[in-house]
Amino acid sequence: MTDVAQNSIRTRDLNLWYGDFQALKSVSVDIPQGKITSLIGPSGCGKTTLLRCFNRINERYGNVTTTGEITILGKNIYDENVSLAELRKTVGMVFQRPNPLPISIYENIVFGQRVHSRRGSMNRRDADATVQLALEEVDLWKDVKDLLKKKATLLTLEQQQKLCIARLLPLKPRVILMDEPCSALDAEGTEAIETLIEGLREKYTILIVTHNMAQARRASEECIYMLLGEIIEHGPTSEIFLSPKNKQTEMYIEGRYG
Amino acid sequence: MATAEAVEANPPVRRDTGSFRLGESLMVGLIYLCGISSILFVLAIFVFVFGEAAPLLWGDYGFSFKEFATSTQWYPSQPSNPEFGIVALFAGTAAVSVLSMVLAVPLGLGAAVYVSEFCHGKRKETLKIVIELLAAIPSVVWGFIGVMVLSPIIIETTGASIGTNILNGGVILALMSVPVIVSVGEDALKAVPDSYREAGLALGASRWEIVYRVLFPAAKNGLLAAVLLGVGRAIGETMAVLMATGHAVQIPTSVLDPVQTLTATIAAEMGEAVEHGTQFRVLFLIGVVLFGIAFVVNLTADVIVKGIKGKQND
Ligand SMILES: Nc1ncnc2c1ncn2[C@@H]1O[C@H](COP(=O)(O)OP(=O)(O)OP(=O)(O)O)[C@@H](O)[C@H]1O
Ligand SMILES: [Mg+2]
Repeated sequence: MTDVAQNSIRTRDLNLWYGDFQALKSVSVDIPQGKITSLIGPSGCGKTTLLRCFNRINERYGNVTTTGEITILGKNIYDENVSLAELRKTVGMVFQRPNPLPISIYENIVFGQRVHSRRGSMNRRDADATVQLALEEVDLWKDVKDLLKKKATLLTLEQQQKLCIARLLPLKPRVILMDEPCSALDAEGTEAIETLIEGLREKYTILIVTHNMAQARRASEECIYMLLGEIIEHGPTSEIFLSPKNKQTEMYIEGRYG
Repeated sequence: MATAEAVEANPPVRRDTGSFRLGESLMVGLIYLCGISSILFVLAIFVFVFGEAAPLLWGDYGFSFKEFATSTQWYPSQPSNPEFGIVALFAGTAAVSVLSMVLAVPLGLGAAVYVSEFCHGKRKETLKIVIELLAAIPSVVWGFIGVMVLSPIIIETTGASIGTNILNGGVILALMSVPVIVSVGEDALKAVPDSYREAGLALGASRWEIVYRVLFPAAKNGLLAAVLLGVGRAIGETMAVLMATGHAVQIPTSVLDPVQTLTATIAAEMGEAVEHGTQFRVLFLIGVVLFGIAFVVNLTADVIVKGIKGKQND
């Protein structure tokens, strides 16, 4: 397994334009397998854009042009024979604002499987077990086990975000992309989600965008600093925070501390 | 002390608040009046219509309510022994409305989904304008189309002897309801937050799966409202069905049978009915029945919408 891909995600000379505006400039980066990598940088530098390349969800806007290469788990995701459904099964995404679907908690968890399995091939008992397992993994089962039929949008934001992570798990993703998953939550919620992410370490490759320097430092093993669509620095988190090689990185990190 | 200082520091704010309050209470009063007046109008119309019909029920008109409710015979202007049975008219309205909904609901919802989810830019704008134009066509014109265009086509393709029939009325009504369903339905779909679509897409759903797994559940109240507005239009529409359904009071046995609807009966016969005579009052009684139908449709809608909400919340 290790020799197949040390790096989960690999980009080479990736450029992206929204219309005439170039949001990503020649991004070449290797994101290691089974680690938590944080993506930091000032607002508007292209963190979300880069993240959204990896499950090709950027393409839903009509005005996006992409050039370059992205390889995930050894496969070029722009290959013609790549199925978007398969890609998105392998690469899960957690959004900035919790966005559980306006259906029951139960249905939210089995949504992915319903989409990916053939009609009628899912049996009730398996589905029940899947739901319990996924909710247990995000530490939500004991809170909601009697509320499974209730609408997911009635949960607290923290619970909603946990649910949004839980619904990825039945699809057995290899990579989980998280775009500021705690920014809509209070301190307690943030802590809970961080603990949860910590627990997912090693089982999944996690790429997490954050504005919170302390969080990047606490939670991630590798860190990428972006500025104006370019990758300025990439290395082990401790090195980036203790002795950044780049002046701009240093300024950003220190600015955020002050 | 602190408050006195604050007030002194900002005297203009205080003055503004005062006039704002006056204006606000005026507005509240006005809005209250508008709200009340709409209730009053509905009540007044009902009292008027029911008032014209009521003498039938206890006056000396030789009118039997039982016969009205159960008879299929409608010979209102027969001088010796007029008959007033609503059943065939009711059947006519039901047949035309049901057929029109069977055609209009899938077409309308499909078009709403297409306009809202599958097309962009110029094409979307053009389609929306065309749909609005469609909604603005007066019902007489639709009647014309039924008689002049659709009728010959129906005769040619089905071999029916009369081209103005349930099929004709149903198609015309469907065409009239579709724009309503599309524009209300599109609004309902547009109101679904984009984050739901992205959630679905990120889990690997296709655009079509997004439509029926995400958008339909998320927008079901709005879509239901769209359908019911369409139903309302179909049941209440008069002029077009008057022209397109072919005036034959009978219980239909096929979609190629001509029928006469409740609304068309009122429109066609009110002019020739003797004022305050039996026929005149019976027509008003049909008006009361239409009121009742409208009420039931709205109530059902309410119950369904509330039912859905209740289920979601408990
Ligand atoms: N759909 C879009 N159309 C046009 N421009 C866009 C679009 N999305 C983002 N941009 C632009 O691309 C640039 C990068 O945006 P992006 O959202 O990736 O930044 P970000 O680093 O995630 O910022 P933040 O920290 O505020 O979330 C910004 O200048 C933004 O204005
Ligand atoms: Mg962002």
